[in-house]
Amino acid sequence: MKRREFNKSLIALSGIGASLSLGVIPLSVNAARSITAFEAETGEDAMNELYGTTSAEPSEAISFKAPDIAENGAVVPISIMADIPNVDHVALLVLNNPSPLAASFEPVTAGATTVGTRIKMGKTSQLMALVRADGKVYSATSKEVKVTIGGCGG
Amino acid sequence: MAIKCKAKADGDLVEVKVLMKHAMETGLRKDSKTGEPIPAHYITEVTCSHNGNAIFRCNLGPAISKNPYLSFIVSGPKVGDTLQIASLDNTGETDSGETVVK
Repeated sequence: MKRREFNKSLIALSGIGASLSLGVIPLSVNAARSITAFEAETGEDAMNELYGTTSAEPSEAISFKAPDIAENGAVVPISIMADIPNVDHVALLVLNNPSPLAASFEPVTAGATTVGTRIKMGKTSQLMALVRADGKVYSATSKEVKVTIGGCGG
Repeated sequence: MAIKCKAKADGDLVEVKVLMKHAMETGLRKDSKTGEPIPAHYITEVTCSHNGNAIFRCNLGPAISKNPYLSFIVSGPKVGDTLQIASLDNTGETDSGETVVK
């Protein structure tokens, strides 16, 4: 509960002074959320911000469930399954979105790694999943999801 | 308590499904009448806790759809246990919900 309150005050602060939010506050205190990763404009930058590396080993153990054609880019159901032990971080990227990183998941307890959500897609794009296990980063790229109407506004 | 959630046990694992009510504005859209940009307003963090310990956490970006849906699998909780879900958005608003594992 304390941590949440603290985050709250952080966000309030960054709203008041842009100089503050640019400076010391974000990463050091709230290590769980990498703000710069969510603002990164390419998949590689986001990966670098998240894991400090841009090399990931392609893995067959990661699979996607995604539609071939998403008629409405505002709501695209996606799920990621990873058959890898000791996963501690999963990231979902939409490579052609203005900011590719859509969400990151941190399974704190060991369990089967399956996460699902609904995302917005600006245009036809491939999806990328990054999975960190035992300090190693694995990646998988999905088939292209075709988007008829973009869902990012503009 | 506006977060709807369900948790269903399957052996040792528990599948949790969460549905939140939120506009999830990206900050990129413009008001069609005035042309003014609509400020970003989206959920940044969702935590699922069991007995006060966070067992699953996720960071969301503005690319998550309106009224976000999440599903994930955790291990640890048993049938009859209560799970708490809490969310935080980029303006500091919080929301929460809880469910009993079935």
